[in-house]
Amino acid sequence: MSENGAESPPAPPTRTRRFKFLIPALVFLGLATGLGLGLSKDPGVVPSALIDKPVPEFALEPVRGTERGLASEDLRAGAASLVNVFASWCGPCRAEHPLLMKLAEDGTVALFGINYKDRPGDARTWLDQLGDPFERIGADLNGRVGIDWGVYGVPETFLIDATGRIRYKHVGVLTARDLEETILPLLESLRP
Amino acid sequence: MIAEIGHYALILALALAIVQGIVPLIGAQRNDAAWMALARPAVAAQFFFISTAFACLMYAFVVSDFSVSNVANNSHSTKPLLYKFAGVWGNHEGSLVLWVWILAFYGGLVALFGGNLPPALRARVLSIQGLIGVGFLAFILMTSNPFLRLDPAPFDGNDLNPLLQDPGLAFHPPLLYFGYVGFSMAFAFAVAGLIEGRIDATWARWVRPWTLLAWSSLTLGVALGSWWAYYELGWGGFWFWDPVENASFMPWLAGTALLHSAIVCEKRGALKSWTVLLAIIAFSLSLLGTFLVRSGVLTSVHAFATDPARGVFILGFLVLVVGGSLTLYGVRAPNLRSGGLFAPISREGGLLLNNLLLSTACVTVLLGTLYPVFLDVLGGSKVSVGPPYFEMTFIPLALPLLIVTGIGPLLAWKRADLAGALYRLKFAALGALAVIIVVVAVHSFADVMAALGLGAAAWLFLGVVTEIAERLKLFRLSLRDSLARAIGLPRQAWGMSLAHAGVAVLVTGIVATSTWRTEGIQNMRPGDTVALAGYEFTLNEVNFVEGPNYVAQRAEFAVTTDGRAVTLLYPERRRYQVTGQDTTEAGIHTTLLADLYTVIGEPDGSGGYATRIYHNPLVPWIWLGILIMVTGGAVSLTDRRHRVGAPRRARKPAPGARPQEG
Amino acid sequence: MSARALLLAGLIGFAAASGGHAFETDETLADPALEARVAVISEDLRCLVCQNQSIADSNADLAKDLRLLVRERLVAGDTNDEVIAFMTARYGDYVLLKPPVKPETYVLWFGPPVLFALGVLVVVLYVRRRRVGSPEVEDAGAVPLSDEERARLARLLDEDPDSA
Repeated sequence: MSENGAESPPAPPTRTRRFKFLIPALVFLGLATGLGLGLSKDPGVVPSALIDKPVPEFALEPVRGTERGLASEDLRAGAASLVNVFASWCGPCRAEHPLLMKLAEDGTVALFGINYKDRPGDARTWLDQLGDPFERIGADLNGRVGIDWGVYGVPETFLIDATGRIRYKHVGVLTARDLEETILPLLESLRP
Repeated sequence: MIAEIGHYALILALALAIVQGIVPLIGAQRNDAAWMALARPAVAAQFFFISTAFACLMYAFVVSDFSVSNVANNSHSTKPLLYKFAGVWGNHEGSLVLWVWILAFYGGLVALFGGNLPPALRARVLSIQGLIGVGFLAFILMTSNPFLRLDPAPFDGNDLNPLLQDPGLAFHPPLLYFGYVGFSMAFAFAVAGLIEGRIDATWARWVRPWTLLAWSSLTLGVALGSWWAYYELGWGGFWFWDPVENASFMPWLAGTALLHSAIVCEKRGALKSWTVLLAIIAFSLSLLGTFLVRSGVLTSVHAFATDPARGVFILGFLVLVVGGSLTLYGVRAPNLRSGGLFAPISREGGLLLNNLLLSTACVTVLLGTLYPVFLDVLGGSKVSVGPPYFEMTFIPLALPLLIVTGIGPLLAWKRADLAGALYRLKFAALGALAVIIVVVAVHSFADVMAALGLGAAAWLFLGVVTEIAERLKLFRLSLRDSLARAIGLPRQAWGMSLAHAGVAVLVTGIVATSTWRTEGIQNMRPGDTVALAGYEFTLNEVNFVEGPNYVAQRAEFAVTTDGRAVTLLYPERRRYQVTGQDTTEAGIHTTLLADLYTVIGEPDGSGGYATRIYHNPLVPWIWLGILIMVTGGAVSLTDRRHRVGAPRRARKPAPGARPQEG
Repeated sequence: MSARALLLAGLIGFAAASGGHAFETDETLADPALEARVAVISEDLRCLVCQNQSIADSNADLAKDLRLLVRERLVAGDTNDEVIAFMTARYGDYVLLKPPVKPETYVLWFGPPVLFALGVLVVVLYVRRRRVGSPEVEDAGAVPLSDEERARLARLLDEDPDSA
């Protein structure tokens, strides 16, 4: 089939003309780099919106069978603290529990708990079985306080400074490595 | 034993793919006929070995050989046979074997039907196919081997995800892959053409049937997935702009643009570099989709079990294939000689505009899908891009596209009379206006967007009718003469008209159901009646039934209207024992005008059940529209001109004709 | 129709106009206007524990909690925007399915129209260069048609609209 009409004269392509044909390749290079870097990120983790903000105001009753509940003023008491959100129905919470027990033993930092959407009594049984590392625990039966904290799953752990500001949030199981590499150094830097 | 045979077959296939990828390519470069001729037998052998491997894997699934870890992870002895077959590709490793099998299949088609191709082009195309196969086979053998054994073998497997145990989902991956892999053919032709330094009408004519086949398959595959989501997930949604859905939509958009661009390339020798670029991009997007689903970079309901190591491999492959081909394009494309001048208002101009709209839509979807990753990587905050974004950016591009598609076929090549074309479309314009006015009058101005959408669909449909009427010279000739013309019309013309009409029907269905569906969520006890959209739904009873690998709660709904019985519907809530997962099976009554959709939910503990009832107007038009589109594609494929193949050099040049290229 | 059927029919009169929802039967408010607003807001909020669903479409516990919270806020008198702000204060922008328009997302929101405009520019330049009758063509020595040839061509084109 012959070409209709006149063909444009075969002038050698100018440099700008040449360059614009390389644009797709360059765009792709950028794309691939971005994707490559993205491989090391976890798309499911939601960063906290409350970093450097004061803890939300709340006052929670104690878990049934314990005496001391948790309220926001406890977290402004003048020392840094860790708040751990846990539940008896949460498998990974079991996995991190020994670490929390050890932390409580060492006395490095005050440890508080928020019991998230547990049936009354279940938490007590769970703590009896595994040990209670918490100075105070608040029972968040309907999860509202958790929502105020931006909790979307359990376990989660928050580092609060002495003035009651949230400084760091850890999503998921707390490991020794997380403690050593992130939380304890941060704790150090918060000391006056 | 069988698994080992399968494993070995894959290794042999890889070796053959390496040979197929290198030897004919060098042969074409050096014009060595013997080396080039190696391509076809290599393809045939590769197809044989991959088929063997596929058959071995299928055998392992069907006989429930749980010593093969892939079978143990994804199957169960009580699973129905259909899903033992379909389960082969319902997991990461097996789906890759399906991928390479289809790749070899397409290569086989070229080897069989490519007699008309110049040997050098054919050799290059098959080589590039081979190289792609090398990448995938290496990926399978190194990171995703389906034939790994478990020792000791478990007594039974983990069962396939119950959501996947559905006929719709059994066919969805193969059709999708026929689409994705089909674009590898256009890609191979593009790269071969660039290497040769020659893209001409011959080339474009060859690209078109493969692209049509791939496009039709992909359209059907995407539709099947959408239809499955509609009836399986329990609230009648059919498109969620999920990253993996987008990953299948982007190649579709690029493929549609490619189809249209190739027409101009074939008929007028223009838009060459655009067409080549689109061919590369369509396949690149297919590969990108493969990456997105298996690497864990994005969250999605569809994602296979993710493994960043696999992601690295695929990304490397992507860089080689896509980066390499785009670089080749950057270097060679400027030298492509382009012919075929045309005025801005012309069919070429219309197709160029079509190109632009589809490409922009494709880039927009890409931007929205990948933006969260990029922003996160650049240190910004985490944002999530969901349906609201895509709807707001896609619809402003889709509306003009519908309008242009209505006018395009009435424009002449090279230089067209726009006013004349619009005049000939006066009935379409009137029809569209009428639709808009009626919708706004009946439903109020709040639905003006829906009115515009329906108006655009009416415009397109009536435009198709107008164009056909013109070709048949309807009402200007006798009816018999028009009929003769109709029979004589090239199939491609019918294919185009069908496909465009299908789009109009599809859009109508989407707009109607998104705007005017009604739902009722309530608690019902047996004996209760609920009224919705002019129908009454009575819950007669709820029973306990057992299936092959599940137990279910099954409700019976009697549907009546004005006292007349319409139908009985049986929605279920199933619990699959092995995985402990629940699925809902909706009870759906489909008529041409709407779907009645019933779902039985959890019991409230005191004899009542949560139920959901929907009236979805014109939802069947969505599936109907797509079927019409795919029929159009199939009809185009059977056009005689494709079978005859590329024209050969004329023996004696006709007087005054310019010598042919290629 | 029995009284119970009538009652249920009444409830159904308040059907939501769009989208399918995972709302459970014990959640729904009595006021249909508020329910409609719940539907609209819920479709724009992401279910954080799901793979890519809104809280309207999800069965997850957190999704249900958030839907109840949305209803509470609406009953307490918040506007739609205030409810959304309430959620983003706790979960950040990630909870929104429609990304906010901030400097970070300018590329996302303005990218498509800008790209389209660029595309139009490229197309216009391309078509200009290949225009029939442009100076380039004249210089290449194409011989223009004579009047007779033009007339003949017009007749031929008229007969067959599908000329190539």
